[in-house]
Amino acid sequence: MCLAVPAQVKSCDGNNAVVDLHGNRVRVSTVLVPEVKEGDWVLVHAGFAIQQLSAEDLKETWAVLDDLEKKGGGL
Amino acid sequence: MTQRLADSHAAIERLLDAAKALPKPAAFMEICGTHTVAAFRCGLHSLMPANVKLVSGPGCPVCVTSQGDIDMLIELAQRPGVTLCTYGDMLRVTGAKGSLEEARSGGADVRVIYCSLDAVKLAAAEPKRNVVFAAVGFETTTPATAVAVLEAERLGLTNFTALVSHKRILPAMRALLDSKQVNVDGFMCPGHVSAITGYATFATIVRRYKLPCVVAGFEDVQIAAALAKLVELARDRKASLENLYPQVVSRWGNRRAQNLMRRVFRPVDARWRGLGMIPDSGLAFRSRFSRFDAQSRYKITPIDSPEPPGCRCGDVITARCTPAECKLFAIACTPVRPIGPCMVSSEGTCQAWFKYKRQGKSIAASEDAVATPSQEARL
Amino acid sequence: MSNAMQEQPGTPPSAYRIDKSRHIVLAHGGGGQLTDELIAHTLLPRLGNESLGELLDSSIVPGSAGRVALTIDSYVVRPLSFPGGDIGRLAVSGTVNDLAVCGAEPMGLALSLILAEGLERKVLESVIDSVRATADEAGVKVITGDTKVVGRGQADGVYITTAGVGSVNGKTRLHPDQIRPGDVVIVSGSIADHGLAVMLAREMPEVQSVLWSDVAPLNRMIARLLEKVNGVVFMRDPTRGGLACVVADIATRTGLHVVLEELRILVRPETQHAADMLGLDPLEVANEGKVVVVTRPEAAEAAIAALKEDAHGQDARIIGRIEPERDGLCELHTVIGGRRILQKPYGEQLPRIC
Repeated sequence: MCLAVPAQVKSCDGNNAVVDLHGNRVRVSTVLVPEVKEGDWVLVHAGFAIQQLSAEDLKETWAVLDDLEKKGGGL
Repeated sequence: MTQRLADSHAAIERLLDAAKALPKPAAFMEICGTHTVAAFRCGLHSLMPANVKLVSGPGCPVCVTSQGDIDMLIELAQRPGVTLCTYGDMLRVTGAKGSLEEARSGGADVRVIYCSLDAVKLAAAEPKRNVVFAAVGFETTTPATAVAVLEAERLGLTNFTALVSHKRILPAMRALLDSKQVNVDGFMCPGHVSAITGYATFATIVRRYKLPCVVAGFEDVQIAAALAKLVELARDRKASLENLYPQVVSRWGNRRAQNLMRRVFRPVDARWRGLGMIPDSGLAFRSRFSRFDAQSRYKITPIDSPEPPGCRCGDVITARCTPAECKLFAIACTPVRPIGPCMVSSEGTCQAWFKYKRQGKSIAASEDAVATPSQEARL
Repeated sequence: MSNAMQEQPGTPPSAYRIDKSRHIVLAHGGGGQLTDELIAHTLLPRLGNESLGELLDSSIVPGSAGRVALTIDSYVVRPLSFPGGDIGRLAVSGTVNDLAVCGAEPMGLALSLILAEGLERKVLESVIDSVRATADEAGVKVITGDTKVVGRGQADGVYITTAGVGSVNGKTRLHPDQIRPGDVVIVSGSIADHGLAVMLAREMPEVQSVLWSDVAPLNRMIARLLEKVNGVVFMRDPTRGGLACVVADIATRTGLHVVLEELRILVRPETQHAADMLGLDPLEVANEGKVVVVTRPEAAEAAIAALKEDAHGQDARIIGRIEPERDGLCELHTVIGGRRILQKPYGEQLPRIC
């Protein structure tokens, strides 16, 4: 079970953060990963960031990140 | 993309290679509905050699929720003044008295939400409504419920409760193996459950049952690589625990999430569809939070509803039979008119089989016959 | 966040003061003076043309006595306006495209509006403006219409039914029975953009997204394709049910085996990400500005070139082929080299999280 998608933290505000992937921006709760900061990558499940991602190998992990470099998103 | 292609081809090569040297045919179990769907979507089964099987376990939260719990949800939704908030997954699951979707059509206030905190916000915004949150899911989803309950407590809300059907995956795996009715040679472990629990959770399976466990991500390449690893471990008769999703999963998982879960819930025995009562496999509110328990607030008890006659979902989610071995499959039970939960849930094994695996004219022909009354009368 | 929590934009809360100059009231659909006022002030100035201005009970279309195509579709969408379009653009594009994929040149549209009492007039005005702009884009006119108003709560803002009439060129016959083994399956661009743009706007309105519906009239692109290319045998627009629905239908109706190559199908990354968030399969999600074209193999290259001449066909590509096995199944060859059956979806896709 459990759909979860990667996204990058754009801004933090208390227990919430705005995360982005390919221009889809959504506000999520960071209660479960309070240490995240702008620029970090997180895994989002049901409105919560549930885990911080190690930046290494991210691109090999998710097909949806394949086009990031082309679009200048950078990793 | 080329790298991913090369990686996936390499994984398939390794899988085929290792399979040649298998001492006997091997079956591995994925215990995550998202793995079930992802494996079918990428056509992994079509790439597997004849002596390797990937079977589905009790990993779809919709499928393992007992009929009694679903009936309770529907009954609650129909009470005046109640607003029932649910994830979309549960909307179409049919209990003895229909589904939440049907209850909504009949006027019940059922709302689909994406985040548990939305139910809390709704309760705060509409103090006259009694908001009940249908809390389902495994460890990935449970922390979200814990956070919602703590938030409701912080806001002093008296009109927010949750009907908790959360499940814990490890006790179910143990029960499955202890029943000795299931023969598997290893587990593909759920990556996102592991993100919370940590992969160390599965060490007990390796130690106690001498079975390999591989934690896997959900992309096609990752699933293929995990299956290849399982076959290699089976070939080498090596029961070890491997984490092939290190970008997300650590040894001990998300401690903060675990602590929040523990603060709000305690393990209890729970009834699973197909598996029956399993010790410590469910969660209930700790007494400090009992006022948020919908079951005690609305004085509702699960009715021991019988499973639909002929339905073998229980056997399917424990890999005791394949969907095709169920007499209802694709004849009386289809995604259009599902009988069992494994056909309702888009992660259900039966729906995945129906969608992705059906081949040949025989089943295609019977699909057309589904709607004819004579076919149904026969069953 | 949930859909039930938001009011449809344009429908004021019940305590709101209704004013017939700013809102739609029941009498606007009564056929009396207020109906005349609505037609004169809101509809005619926006849609006006000679034919519609006659205000006769039906509109007479001049034309040769050749074959005539007739189509009708109802449009209900929530929210009424979404990134890339609105119900007005949808109501024109959908009907124009239904005519075009049958090889018909649109001659005129009939528009029937069902309005909910209390709808803000400025919402209606912007919908009608959008109808006009899209009709102009397609080079077609709304030549007759009707308006009804239903009580508050009996409908959701605006429903539109659009019928279209078109003339079919003498030699054109686009039909599944023309499809043969060896034929090539083409799609005119990326898939699933419309359905996911609308679903995100409805289900997760707080998500700020760059997703953009592809809703557009394709009749000019399709006319050019048919004019320039010999060997187009069948077309369909992959709307509800998505690409999967169209190709599965081709397999069923021809009794042949259809193979699609997943690697060739374009899903934009932002669309894929939205699909992943909602747990949906892009192959099963609606498009409103794409066409699936089946051509003879030797015509495929010319067809791609013709589609690319149009702004809506920039990403046209071959995605599959028709094979001789007579099993009536569509098979997807996946990125990792696997194979699976592609079937018609079973009705509305529900977003899921777990």
